[in-house]
Amino acid sequence: MAKLHISATVNGEPTEFLCEPDETMLDVLRGPLGLTGSKEGCGSGDCGACSITLDGRLVCSCLMLAAEAEGADIRTIEGMAEGDTLHPLQRKFLEMAALQCGICTPGMLVAAKALLDRNPDPSESEVRYWLAGNLCRCTGYDKIVRAVLETAAEMREAVR
Amino acid sequence: MNEMTNKWIGRRTIRPDGAEKVTGRAAFAADTTMPGMIWGKLLRSPHPHAHIRAINTAKAEALTGVKAVVTARDIVDFPVDKSVMLGIQDMRWMCRNVMAREKALFHGHPIAAVAATTAEIAAEACKLIEVDYEVLPWAIEIDDALKPDAPILHDFIRFEGKPSNIAGKLEHKLGDIAEGFAKADVIVERTFTTRPVHQGYIEPQACLVSVTADGKATIWSSSQGHFMVRAMTSMLTGLPQSSIRAIPAEIGGGFGGKTIIYLEPVATMLAKKSGRPVKMVMTREEVMRATGPTSASKSTVKIGATKDGRIVAAQGAFYLQAGALPGSPIRGSAGCAFAPYNIPNVLSQGFDVVCNRSKVTAYRAPGAPIGAYPVECVLDEIAEKLGIDPLDLRLKNIAKEGTKAAHGPVYPRIGFAETVAAARAHPHYQAPLGPHQGRGVASGFWFNAGGESSAQVNITEDGNVVVTTGHPDIGGSRASIANITAELLGIDYRRVSVLIGDTASIGFSNLTGGSRALFASSMVVTQSIEKVIATLRERAAQIWQIDPEAVTWAEGAAHPAGKNAGNFPPLTLAEIAAKASATGGPIGAGVQLNTTGAEGGFATHICDVEVDLELGIVRVVRFTAFQDAGRAIHPSYVEGQMQGGVAQGIGWALNEEYIYNAKGQVDNPSFLDYRMPVCSDLPMIDTVIVEVPNPKHPQGVRGVGEASIVPPLAAISNAVHNALGKRFYALPISPPKVLAALKTTA
Amino acid sequence: MSDMRYVVPRTLDEAVGAFAEAKGAARILAGGTDLLVQMRAGAVRPGLVIDIKKIAELTGIEETADGGFRIGGAVAGARLAEHPRFGKVWPGLLEAINLIGSTQVQGRASAGGNLCNGSPAADSVPAMVAAGAVATLQGPKGRREMPVEDVPAGPGRTNLQPGEILVGFILPPRPLGSGDAYLRMIPRTEMDIAVVGCGVNLTLKDGVCTAARVGLGAVAPTVLRVDAAAKALIGSRLDAAALDAAAAACRAACHPIDDKRGTIAYRTEVAGVLLKRAAGIAADRAKGA
Repeated sequence: MAKLHISATVNGEPTEFLCEPDETMLDVLRGPLGLTGSKEGCGSGDCGACSITLDGRLVCSCLMLAAEAEGADIRTIEGMAEGDTLHPLQRKFLEMAALQCGICTPGMLVAAKALLDRNPDPSESEVRYWLAGNLCRCTGYDKIVRAVLETAAEMREAVR
Repeated sequence: MNEMTNKWIGRRTIRPDGAEKVTGRAAFAADTTMPGMIWGKLLRSPHPHAHIRAINTAKAEALTGVKAVVTARDIVDFPVDKSVMLGIQDMRWMCRNVMAREKALFHGHPIAAVAATTAEIAAEACKLIEVDYEVLPWAIEIDDALKPDAPILHDFIRFEGKPSNIAGKLEHKLGDIAEGFAKADVIVERTFTTRPVHQGYIEPQACLVSVTADGKATIWSSSQGHFMVRAMTSMLTGLPQSSIRAIPAEIGGGFGGKTIIYLEPVATMLAKKSGRPVKMVMTREEVMRATGPTSASKSTVKIGATKDGRIVAAQGAFYLQAGALPGSPIRGSAGCAFAPYNIPNVLSQGFDVVCNRSKVTAYRAPGAPIGAYPVECVLDEIAEKLGIDPLDLRLKNIAKEGTKAAHGPVYPRIGFAETVAAARAHPHYQAPLGPHQGRGVASGFWFNAGGESSAQVNITEDGNVVVTTGHPDIGGSRASIANITAELLGIDYRRVSVLIGDTASIGFSNLTGGSRALFASSMVVTQSIEKVIATLRERAAQIWQIDPEAVTWAEGAAHPAGKNAGNFPPLTLAEIAAKASATGGPIGAGVQLNTTGAEGGFATHICDVEVDLELGIVRVVRFTAFQDAGRAIHPSYVEGQMQGGVAQGIGWALNEEYIYNAKGQVDNPSFLDYRMPVCSDLPMIDTVIVEVPNPKHPQGVRGVGEASIVPPLAAISNAVHNALGKRFYALPISPPKVLAALKTTA
Repeated sequence: MSDMRYVVPRTLDEAVGAFAEAKGAARILAGGTDLLVQMRAGAVRPGLVIDIKKIAELTGIEETADGGFRIGGAVAGARLAEHPRFGKVWPGLLEAINLIGSTQVQGRASAGGNLCNGSPAADSVPAMVAAGAVATLQGPKGRREMPVEDVPAGPGRTNLQPGEILVGFILPPRPLGSGDAYLRMIPRTEMDIAVVGCGVNLTLKDGVCTAARVGLGAVAPTVLRVDAAAKALIGSRLDAAALDAAAAACRAACHPIDDKRGTIAYRTEVAGVLLKRAAGIAADRAKGA
C-alpha cells in the first residue's frame, strides 16, 4: 500500500509528511519530523509521555494515526517556548525542581499547559486529576503539582 | 562547610540540564538515530521453563530486509562452574540473562535476535525462527520453588548437599539470640509476604550501536553507568574495552533497574554482523516481562523486648525471589532490617530463591524495604503490647555513634535519632485524625555506597569552568555539582558547566547506584578543584612574583595573603585564565578515587491513611518524611529523592504487584494494570531534611536516594492497623484483601 | 510496509458502503483509544480503517425539542463535557463518559466506541443503560434502533450486523424530578478499568421513586440492566430497606469472574455498595432538579 501524504500545521509551521496508514502520530513526530521531545513510555495511552495537542485538545500521540493529522493543528513540547523565552510553566518547572529524570516532563508540560489554557485557576485536586494520565515515577508529583499551581497564580497576576 | 555563610551550597539553583529537558531537546536513549541505521528485535521464550534443543534461523535470515541474526552462540559463554564477577554481577548469570543458553528460564527470556531494515521486518523475522523446546514444569512463587518436588531450575545449584532452588544464603549474627529471647517479657513473631514490584521507570531500555569494520563500537544508551555498559558489553561480546565507547544518553529513570544491561551486547553483535548501526528499543510489555522487577518475599521476623521497651533479641529469615538466575538482594534485606537499632542479640538470614520469572534487578535500596517491612511492623505490635509510643520505642533502642550493627560496622556519627526526634516533635504526629483514618510510623536504613569516581575540572580560556564526571545524572546530581563547584571557586554557579563524560573522555566511574553518585563525585570534584585552586594561586604568585604560599583564593579571585605578601589588586579567575598560556599553560585538574566513608542513611516516616470501609480502598491522606541528608547540597533534589521514594513505597504497599496467569506469564505487563500511583492518588509529600554532616565527606554529604523507600511499606501497614484495628501481613494491602478482613471482623 | 488502508468518508452512506464491502476486515475509527491499542498489541490487524469523525451526524450533539438528546457516536467525551446543557440534564451519564481514561483519552474517546468495543467494564455503558439510551445503527439494510443494553453480545462482541455502524445515541426527555449517577470502583483514583461500575437513573415524585433503571458493569460477560434492583427502588422513598433490597438484587445479578482486576467475591459485594451510593447521589440530584 502506498504511503499517505499528509498536510498539517505542526507548531505553527505548515508541514507535509508521508506516513504508513497504520503509523501513529508519535512515530511520525519522532521519526520523519525529528521531534523527539514527545516520548514513548508505553505506546498504549497509559503514561502520557507522548502528549500533544490536536486542534487545541490534549491527546496521546501514540493513540492517534498520523493520517488523522490531515488539516489539523498539532502542537508539541518543541513549540511551547517562544523563541528563547520559555513558557511560564517551563520556567517554573526549572525553578521549583519539578523534574528529576525529565522523561515525563515534555508530556507533563504539554498537559499542564492545556489545563491552564482552559482553567487559569485550578484547584490542587483539579490539577491532580487533569494530570492523572501523565505518569511520573521520580517526583511523587508533589513538586509538579506545586509548580503548576504556582505558574497559574503567576499568570493570573500577570494578566491583572 | 556547613556554616550559614555558604553562598551556593544549600541553594535551590537551576539545574544545568534543565532547559533542554523542559523544551524536549534532551536526548534520551531512544532519541538518537544514525544514517543507515537498522532495527533489532528479540525473539522471546513463550514458555516459563524449557530446554532449548535447537534453534533454526535459516528462514529468518532468508527474509528480505533481514541483515543479521544473533543467538546465544554469538554471546560469550561464561561456564556455570566458575564465577566471574563484574561489580556485584556474576557474568555466568548475565550472559544467560541477555540470551538464554541451555534453557529458557522465564516467559519472555531472549532466545534470538534479528536486525532488519525496519522494526516490522525484524519482528516478522523473529516469528520465522524455529525453536525446538522441551517444555518443563515451572515454579514462580517462593513456596512453589521450595516444595520438595519443585522443578529444579539449575542442576548445578545445591543447598545443604541436595539439588535445590535455594541458590545462596547469607547470615548476620550478633550475640546469642536464645539468651536474648530468654530475657524478653514480650515476644512477637510474624510472617510477612510482599509481591514483586517493578522499578517502573517511564523510559524503556533502548540503545543504538555502531560497529566499524575495524571492530570499534560506539554505544548510545541510557543506563545507570556507562562504564558498566562498556565492561559488560566487552565481556559478553569479546571486544576489548578500549574498542568500545559508551556514550551516556539522558536516562529516563532507573531506580536500580538500569544497573545491568539487556540490549547492548545483542545490538553490538547485530551491528558487527550486519555492518550497520543497530537500534533496539524495548516495548513497555518487554520491560515488564523481562527486566527487573525486584523480588517477591516471604519473611519471618521475631523480636523480643523487656517490659520497659528494651529490645533484647531479634531474628529474621528473609526468603527472596531471585528470578531465573541467582542474585536477589538478600544482603539488603538481612543487612538493613535491624540496622536502625541497638540490639545485643541478632540473627538475620537471607535466602536466595531462583524461580521461573525474570531475573531480579536492583530496585531502590535493593532488599531493604523487604527487610524493614516486617521488622517495623513487628515493632509496632510490640509498642502496642507494651503501651509505649512507637517512636519512643525506637528512640529507646536507637542505633547511634558507637553502636555495633549486626551486618558489621560500628556506626560513626549518624543522624538517625535526629530523624525520629524530628518526627516526634512534628505537628503531623499530634494532628487529629478524621473518621476511618489511622496513623503509622516506621523507620528505615540504607547502607549508602562509595566506590570509584573520576572527575576533571577545566578552566576555560575566558575564565569559566567545565566540570566533567562519569556518573549518569538520574535526579539532579549535576545541579549539586554546580553548587559545590561555585562554592569552592567562589563564582556564580551559572559560570559552571557540568557534563557527564563518555567512557572515552573521563576516567572510570562506577554506577549511579547505592546513593553514591553525589557522595563520590563531589569528593573527586572537590579534590580536583583544590588542585585547580592551587594552580590558580601559583599562577597569581607568578604574575605578582611572590611565593604561592602568600596567595589566598577567595570570592573567585587570588588575593595576597596579607600586607607582607605585597599590595596587589585581586586577580580574578578570568584574569588568570587569560594569562594561562603565558604562565604555564591550560589550567585544569582531574582526580580519580575509590571513595570510602559513605556511611548509612536513615529515614523516619509518618503516614496517615483513610479507609473506605465498604470498598476496602486505602488512601494515603498525609505523609511526612524525615531523613538525614548529611548536608543538602541542593535541597530541592534532596526533597525530590525523599518524595519519589515515598511515592514508590506507597505503590508497593497498596496497589503494585506482578500478577501471573496459569501459564506462568505476567498477566499485567502494562501501566494500565500494573498500578503505579498516578497524580490524583497522592497527597503532597512533606519533607523534613535533617542535616547531621557526614564527618567523612568534605561537604558532609550522605546518600539520599534510597533510604526514602524503606519505611513506607511498614508506615502504611501500621497506619491501616491504626485505622482498622486489623493487621495485614501481606502486601499489597489491596481493596479485596481489606474488604475480606473487614468482613471477617463483622 | 503496511497492507492496511485508511479512509475518511464524508457521508454515512460512504462509510457504511466501505464497511460492508470490507466484509469484516475493516474497523471503525472514532477516538481510536481502544483500536490503536489493539492494533499495536497485534490483537487486530484491520485491512481497512474507516475514520468516521468527518461525518457530521456522528459528531453532533443536539438537544431535541422534547428535551431529549441526540449524541453522535464519535463525539469525544471532552466535547460532551463542554456542552452547555448536556451535563446539567444527564450529570451521571456525563460523569460516566468522562471516566473513560485520562484527560488525553477524553480528548478522543467516544461513548460510541466505548459501547462498540464490547468491554463488560466499559464505563459509559451502565450509565447509558440506566438512562434508557437507544442506539441508532445504520447498515447496508438501512437504519434501526436498539436499546443500549441489547448492543453488547459478550466480551469484545456486539449484536451489530455486518456492515452496521453505530450512528449515535438517543436519550429520552427527562421527567421533572429525575436524577442519575454513575460510580465505579477502581483501586487507584484514575487510569484503571472498572472493577465494578454502577449507573442509576431515577425519578422522584414527592419523595417517592416513581421510575428507576439500574445498569451494572464488569460483573458479567456484558453490562447488565438490573430490573430487580430498579423494582426494589420504585415505589419506595429510597429508605434503607429499599436500598438494601436493591443492593441485594444487584449482587444476585452478578456473575463475574476472578481476574487480575478483581475477585468474584469482591465484585459481588461492591456491586451492592455502589448501587446504594449511586442511588443516593441520583436521588439528591432528582431532588435538586
